[in-house]
Amino acid sequence: MKIIAFAEQRNNQFKKTAFEVVRAARTIADQLGAECCALVIGGKVSSIAPQLGGYGAAKVFVVEDARLEHYSTTAFAKIVAEIAHAEAADILFFPASAMGKDFAPRVAAKLDAGLAADCTALRVENGVVIATRPVYAGKAFVEVTIRSALKLFTLRPNVFSSGTPSGSAVVGKKEVALSEADFSSAVKEIKIAGGKKDVAEADIIVSGGRGLKAPENFSMIEELASSLGAAVGASRAVVDAGWRPHDEQVGQTGKTVSPSLYIAVAISGAVQHLAGMSSSKYIVAINKDKDAPIFSVADYGIVGDAFEIVPALTAELKRVLNR
Amino acid sequence: MNILVFVNHVPDTETKVKVGADGKTIDPAGINYMLSPYDEFAVEEGLKLREKFTGEVTVASLGGDANKETLRKALAMGCNKAVLLKDASVRDSFAVARSLADFAKELSPDIILFGKQSIDYDNGQVGSLVAEILSMPSISVVVKLEINDGAIVAEREIEGGHEVVCSTLPAVVMAQKGLNQPRYPSLKGIMDAKRKVIEERAASFVESKVEVLSMRKPPAKNPGKIVGTDVSAVPELVRLLHEEAKVI
Repeated sequence: MKIIAFAEQRNNQFKKTAFEVVRAARTIADQLGAECCALVIGGKVSSIAPQLGGYGAAKVFVVEDARLEHYSTTAFAKIVAEIAHAEAADILFFPASAMGKDFAPRVAAKLDAGLAADCTALRVENGVVIATRPVYAGKAFVEVTIRSALKLFTLRPNVFSSGTPSGSAVVGKKEVALSEADFSSAVKEIKIAGGKKDVAEADIIVSGGRGLKAPENFSMIEELASSLGAAVGASRAVVDAGWRPHDEQVGQTGKTVSPSLYIAVAISGAVQHLAGMSSSKYIVAINKDKDAPIFSVADYGIVGDAFEIVPALTAELKRVLNR
Repeated sequence: MNILVFVNHVPDTETKVKVGADGKTIDPAGINYMLSPYDEFAVEEGLKLREKFTGEVTVASLGGDANKETLRKALAMGCNKAVLLKDASVRDSFAVARSLADFAKELSPDIILFGKQSIDYDNGQVGSLVAEILSMPSISVVVKLEINDGAIVAEREIEGGHEVVCSTLPAVVMAQKGLNQPRYPSLKGIMDAKRKVIEERAASFVESKVEVLSMRKPPAKNPGKIVGTDVSAVPELVRLLHEEAKVI
């Protein structure tokens, strides 16, 4: 048996999820008695490929082409499908990132395979991989199996542990012939939002809600977030009011997140918000209303005025963390 | 422009999920269903493209008679035609996509619009699967779309920024919140939608590849600790985060 993990990189640097996906692949491979391989695609990625050995890959396949410097949905799908086919892979793992979620379904369709998306846990039972995935934005979870011979899984970032690096891999280049037509949808430019941390990738999130009364009061949230190296999140109410961009929205029509610490400030905790963040490891709620639903999922709460508590919290964190 | 929009009929975001008697799906009792929010952005974008290029917007949905409510909403917003691909089976994304692709092929649209994901099963696969089956380019999580002479320049959301993606028609585009501001149906739109006939046809049968074994609710959390009721609680909160939770 053979498992191939797609290791995502941007600017010739692996994303954290790449290591998580390779480690998860290795864990499952060990249970199935399968070989764990990794695949990296990019413009100039040979020099970073050996890193994947440290996370459990026995072999690393490298596909390098100047045209692959930027991501292309169609080209990436073709490459992964061709290599999976040539290697007679049984299982493919991808990150459930913007990139993985975008092209993994196309690989599945090319290879007539089933895909379980955004998995948060994997286990093996009687030689069968069973995946857990959230549905209804985390209001429920389902366990699924895949019936097709080849099985694809995308794994939610920040959930699987990448472990401590050790070990090494055999690295080899793979050639995949690509024509102009294979780039029928391709990225030509990336606009970075000022180095802003994304809630989907952050280990700590500080979110603000309507209780902050006005958009300018979010500066308080930004300062708290910066004292923790955290990303700024927002409730649907404040995004719909135009106070914050929608890429910060946490909840059912925004992003579902599982950071190690989630601080909810002046967020009452509507059902759809709770669905998106209640799987966070630790939750802190700061709210005036002691009956706010957010306290039902919080590990620690302060019932009080955010305008007094947040600046004090920022100052105390700066003092304790020396930032 | 021949525009096709696929929409789904899903429990609204206020829904509190209860697991049904089969242990695999939700208990539908007392749930309000609605047009999936991301699909609403797709419908709006279809209408905007028609305003720019003329042509027709067809909206289609796979499911039971209940989906007609969602199709009527899309008609009320201004879609020209609605088609219900009738199906009562439980399907995975692949089985849905194959039937939608079969229908789309007949229509040979210039563009197929989807929401970036349906907010029930959150798979976010169907649009990309349909695109691959039809050998069309696909762009997912789109927050900006420009089309000129068949050339597409779109922006899609990625972690911490946007990707500017170039492609060509015909293509599949999956809408993200922020792409547009969906219009409210006008009174006239609602009246017209009531009179329109929703075409019904049987969805082609396709076997699923992903099987749901069980559904459960997330484990209930133990009630947390109220650390205090004013600023004096702040040092204790920081101590707990640092020493007990060890997250900072």
